Amino acid sequence: MVERTRTRTRYGGGRRAGAGTRTARTARGAVAAVLLAAGLSACGGDGGTPTLSWYINPDSGGQARLAESCTKAAGGRYRITTSVLPNDATQQREQLIRRLAAKDSGLDIMSLDPVFVAEAANAGFLRPFKESEAGHFTEGVFRPAVQNSTWEGKLYAAPFWANTQILWYRKSAAQKAGVDPTAPDFTWDKMIDAAARSGVTVGVQGNKYEGYMVWINALVASAGGRIISDAERGDDARIEIDSPAGKQAAAVVRKLARSKAASPSLSNDDEEKARSLLNGARGGFMVNWGYIWRAENGDAKDGVIDKSIPGDLGWAPYPRVTPDQPSRPPFGGIELGIGAYGKYKDTFAVEAVKCITSTENMKKYMLDSGNPAARAAVYDDPEVRKEFPMAGLIRDSIGAAAPRPITPYYTDVSGATQSRWHPPAAVDPASTPRRSATFIRQVLRDQALL
Amino acid sequence: MTAVETAPPAGGPAGRAGRRARAAEMSDRGRAERRLGLLLSAPAVIVMLVVTAYPLFNALYLSLFSYRITAPDDRRFVWFGNYVTALTDGLFWQDVFTTFVVTAITVGVELVIGFALAMVMHRALFARRTLRTAILLPYGIVTVISGFAWLYAFDLQSGFVNAWLGLGDYDWFGGRWSSLFVIILSEIWKTTPFVSLLLLAGLAQVSNDLDEAATVDGATAWQRLWRVTIPNMKAAIMVAVLFRTLDAWRIFDNVFVMTSGQNQTETLSFLTYRQTITRTAIGLGDAVGVLLFLSVLLIAVVFIKGFRVDLSQVRGDR
Repeated sequence: MVERTRTRTRYGGGRRAGAGTRTARTARGAVAAVLLAAGLSACGGDGGTPTLSWYINPDSGGQARLAESCTKAAGGRYRITTSVLPNDATQQREQLIRRLAAKDSGLDIMSLDPVFVAEAANAGFLRPFKESEAGHFTEGVFRPAVQNSTWEGKLYAAPFWANTQILWYRKSAAQKAGVDPTAPDFTWDKMIDAAARSGVTVGVQGNKYEGYMVWINALVASAGGRIISDAERGDDARIEIDSPAGKQAAAVVRKLARSKAASPSLSNDDEEKARSLLNGARGGFMVNWGYIWRAENGDAKDGVIDKSIPGDLGWAPYPRVTPDQPSRPPFGGIELGIGAYGKYKDTFAVEAVKCITSTENMKKYMLDSGNPAARAAVYDDPEVRKEFPMAGLIRDSIGAAAPRPITPYYTDVSGATQSRWHPPAAVDPASTPRRSATFIRQVLRDQALL
Repeated sequence: MTAVETAPPAGGPAGRAGRRARAAEMSDRGRAERRLGLLLSAPAVIVMLVVTAYPLFNALYLSLFSYRITAPDDRRFVWFGNYVTALTDGLFWQDVFTTFVVTAITVGVELVIGFALAMVMHRALFARRTLRTAILLPYGIVTVISGFAWLYAFDLQSGFVNAWLGLGDYDWFGGRWSSLFVIILSEIWKTTPFVSLLLLAGLAQVSNDLDEAATVDGATAWQRLWRVTIPNMKAAIMVAVLFRTLDAWRIFDNVFVMTSGQNQTETLSFLTYRQTITRTAIGLGDAVGVLLFLSVLLIAVVFIKGFRVDLSQVRGDR
């Protein structure tokens, strides 16, 4: 942008100088142009260095620090500036998609929620990585992260950090309820019964938003099913939520929502409300992302929550739906996409993404922000092991995670599912999966409002 | 203003002939002034056309397509298919009903409270300015901010309302009517000052002589209110109701902040937002947007023609 402003100014100065015939006027014009250009370049900081704009999701400053360190590593060839997107993943997408649809060249690098990569890639909004580049970004990276970054056989985004949910629980509550959440056959049924029996809660994300879709998808996948398949067929994708797995998932949602173990504000609960529930007097169990460990320790240190809570915090694999089938935890994280209209899409942007997603920087980011790395090797690092005692569990859970439907129409699939499955207490295994299947189809074909 | 009042009726042959005659009589100075007037107003007209008329016609055009911004190649002309989809969808009518409930209750309650506040401001003998400022304060707060303030007050975990009322674990935002109650309360708190301001202007226009004459005739305070004050400020009341109805019918911010439309609290504006911005289904979203626009137009026409609202009242032209 600085570059463009300066160019325009120079042209302007030239025209003024050429229009006049007297030497004095020419000199005045030239002096003015030089002064103006000098002033503007001073505003731009380091003058002609190409600047890459990286749109990041809000974090504790880890991505901005990585931008600084990669700028340093570039040795003055380019620099990376960061702009923060809204908090909510859906709103992040809304902002990016609209700007990309307008062919905005100001989006060089974007931190994308994995579920939105397919949509942006299908629309031609992202620059695909060449085969020669792809290997660098996928080597040693968790399979679900690569799957989510790939569309029609091409890699459209570089996995940056991967995420999964595990079961967090208060050790004292589990002990009182007489259950071992780390046991291989620990199911949702067992957990809900134990919590209800001992007067504690099971925290989930029951608000009508993406977090609720994450839970529904994990339950359906853990029961051995899928919400949709053949996603590449767009609005003709096969809708499979009306299946025995869909019914089992609905049964779990209904059972929890109607039990004493439910949060009193279940239909509004997001990640942070679930965490607050776990820290409260009736805190028992909660499914949530990996950031919890860092957040709980930080809050205890700051005196926001009781200092004894982190010591009482236990972790276990995501609960199963059926005792004989391993669970498929949710998959999340962030992938880095390169805008299709950026000035440096084929040069510095690729280089910058390579720098940001290097194994070393993934480790740095994990230690800095608490968000898990996308490469399995990072979890064997002694520093990471020391900082995150549950690192092994997170690594295994990401490896076993089930991605949400990979489709360009993801927002419709998610919105339609949430719409028919909300509020959780109204979910009925006999009708909800069937109604949601019909509705997803109608929404995909623009035959219904959402 | 005077020119309008003294001008002969326009439109008929006599009107046209009159205009021609006046133009012929017009002095050079008059013509120059008229030209200047047109020139001065031209930028405003152009801006209005660009920012209002163009988007409107563009929306009308796009509403005839099945079109998503993420799939520009799949754009199909579907005639009025999107309108049929919207008008036959239960969700559309559910949202119409929700919007109607919010509008009817907020406007009704605001009219009563606004009138009471206007009377207080009108009759206050001392600290008039302070009183008016205090009453108008909520209107100066950005709706999104007031929405968050009310959300946090009623929130189960961070709120204080349940503690004050001894309601324990009652989740205000867990059900349709309790959520709408908080949304409506917030709307009333926020916009009652606007209604009271308009009504205060109306009250100020009621001549004291009428009130005194009624007092001399032995009318009670109640009779004076219903027989003298209110009939004489009918136009101001209608304008207040019209403006607030149009405003309430387009409610978005409070719903967005407090419930994001869940538990059947979605309004027509929110429905448009979800189709257009969230789904990026531009065709369907524009169809809903056009229907919303038509409903706003209908309300305005019904009020202005049906109830003979005189918009010049708010400008103080009479």
